[in-house]
Amino acid sequence: MAGKRKGVGNRESGIATATGNGRSKSREDGKTADSRFPIPDSHQRPSAGLTRDQKLDLYYWMRLTRSLEERLVALYRQTKVVGGLFRSLGQEADAVGSAYALERRDILSPLIRNLGSMLVKGATPVEILRQYMAKGDSPTRGRELNIHFGDTDRGFIGQISPLGDMVPVMAGVTLTFKMRKQDRIGLVYVGDGATSTGAFHEGINFAAVQRLPLVVIVENNGYAYSTPIDKQTAATQFVDKAIGYGIPGAQADGNDVLAVYDVTKTAVDRARAGGGVTLVELMTYRRKGHAEHDNQSYVPAGEIERWAAENDPIDRYLVVLREQCGATDDEIQAIDARVVSVVDEATDIAERSAPPEALDALVGVYADPPVERPLWFREGSDRAVDAHERPEGWGTWQASRQGSA
Amino acid sequence: MAEITYLEALREALVEEMERDPDVFCMGEDIGAYGGAFKVTDGLLSRFGEGRVIDTPISEIGIVGAAAGAGHMGMRPVVEMQFIDFIANAYDILTNYVATARYRAFLPCPMVVRGPSGGYVRGGPFHSQNPEAGFVHTPGLKVVYPATAEDAKGLMKAAIRDDDCVLLFEHKYLYRRIKAEMPAGDHVVPIGKARVARDGRDVSIITYAATVWKALEAAEQVEREDGLSVEVIDLRSLAPLDDEAILATVRKTNRVLIVHEDTRTGGIAGEITARINESCFEWLDAPVLRVTAHDIPLPYAPQLEDYVLPQTSDIVRAVRRLAAY
Repeated sequence: MAGKRKGVGNRESGIATATGNGRSKSREDGKTADSRFPIPDSHQRPSAGLTRDQKLDLYYWMRLTRSLEERLVALYRQTKVVGGLFRSLGQEADAVGSAYALERRDILSPLIRNLGSMLVKGATPVEILRQYMAKGDSPTRGRELNIHFGDTDRGFIGQISPLGDMVPVMAGVTLTFKMRKQDRIGLVYVGDGATSTGAFHEGINFAAVQRLPLVVIVENNGYAYSTPIDKQTAATQFVDKAIGYGIPGAQADGNDVLAVYDVTKTAVDRARAGGGVTLVELMTYRRKGHAEHDNQSYVPAGEIERWAAENDPIDRYLVVLREQCGATDDEIQAIDARVVSVVDEATDIAERSAPPEALDALVGVYADPPVERPLWFREGSDRAVDAHERPEGWGTWQASRQGSA
Repeated sequence: MAEITYLEALREALVEEMERDPDVFCMGEDIGAYGGAFKVTDGLLSRFGEGRVIDTPISEIGIVGAAAGAGHMGMRPVVEMQFIDFIANAYDILTNYVATARYRAFLPCPMVVRGPSGGYVRGGPFHSQNPEAGFVHTPGLKVVYPATAEDAKGLMKAAIRDDDCVLLFEHKYLYRRIKAEMPAGDHVVPIGKARVARDGRDVSIITYAATVWKALEAAEQVEREDGLSVEVIDLRSLAPLDDEAILATVRKTNRVLIVHEDTRTGGIAGEITARINESCFEWLDAPVLRVTAHDIPLPYAPQLEDYVLPQTSDIVRAVRRLAAY
């Protein structure tokens, strides 16, 4: 049946699972058939080591992700967003919880619905807004769209649109960590759809063979554009693919931010200790279309509403914060207010930015030569006409002699 | 100093660069213990260890992608396509990822993708290709294709030191057929500079790789039989093209033949013709002609391969026609 969700961790498998909300029927006891990926007992889970402030911090990043995207929707409707708009509504926990398990020196490569992971890694709302609005001072100077940008110093490398390609690239990044004996690890996100690509296979296989310090997260949100997972794979679950690569796999509830943190941190620690690659499948759900234009006509009636009502990662985490961490309404409201002011301020700054100068398009394809010259027939090109092109005196012997002198 | 082959010159460059710079390393299929399908990397494993000479799975996307990632982090990977025909498997990651990285994301990809290329060796459709044109067409990549042992070494060194991705096409027909004494010292041939392989004044042949030698043969023949003085330009670099050298030879002889082993349609000869047309049309005394392979997948049987690929006799006929125009 089109759009039927393969359940969130509701299959018994030989693969470890780390779930935190009781919705899943799968292994709650932390015992796992895959001895290479032991999930600790609940009181020993990595998230138990998070401070109260850190737990509130997780809420801040999830709320910021959602509010920033909501602001982008408003800007999109005002036609201020030049291209498409991609939402991660309902997936904020998987991006934020996983990125939060990294150290500052580690590098991740996000996917289109991992805005939250970039924010955690230091991307700013101003950068995101400028990028979407194609401003000249955007991180890519107006060359790339949406969240396709990176900064190796802050620890994130921008994705490209062909899916799966970032897996071999991150294999190379982590190969360098290994060659230089650096205490750093890499994390790469792919969607359920990208697992079908050759690049995914070649990258994860190479990384597995080399035992590289890499965590591969398969973000299973049910759909690749309009294609449901039962048209994407005959595998029962994506985590089963780990077996074929000879690496540990783990599955977790992607809408439980602490479960995401636990499963990622365990994989990260393992990579850091020289244990090689782990495949992590995070079960989540894409509540918006592929991009803002997509009317989701292919989604079975009621499915989106059910996930919104019953399994919103922020709603769920608020319950955890209030009941387990004693967070007060005042504290939550203070964070919400901070998010609003950050997004408002960022919007004001980004809207004031100018678009890029057309001639900036020609700069920087190569390290050397630094500047591409305009073709002679482009408007305004008389400022820098290529020496070999002669719009003036065209067709006369004398001019050609001068032009080629 | 003793003469070494084109293949040994490539290896010598790899060894010298790996000794000079600890960030240089090699990856590829069967390049380590086996030394590569043609033995270009023979001996590197024992010299530099498996940390720097990495045998990979059969994964052209994986190899090229990993090279890009390592390049981002400051390494200088040199990756081998076992046969350059297989670079087609990595076409996406080379054109979409590597070629755009600096422009769209300010990410350097200092890496070399190299491999045995070209025909005249009875290799059939998948061990004989010249796929350079597609990459010359891709902004962000550099493409070099040496014809001599000296340039094989000098361009390999330049490619490794370049801050962008360089595709180094090695002609397998030339691997062991030509030899030269290497210039003394740190021999680096700048990328983007053509070479006058033979001085002449009546007709210019612009070519590269194995057909440089066929052009030289043809030039000798027409000089002997027709008294024609033929200039041969060895492009060496295909991206960027050396416009100055192309225009200089056009101005000198006013008659141009472009020869390449690659197929005709969409081949580099068309691009060079267009550039000549745009920038020094008035200097021409005859139309620019091409001698190329037929637009045919390269067949195996000698009778078929020889017919499809450009031969010395084809070049001789074309030069005579140009001279008589």
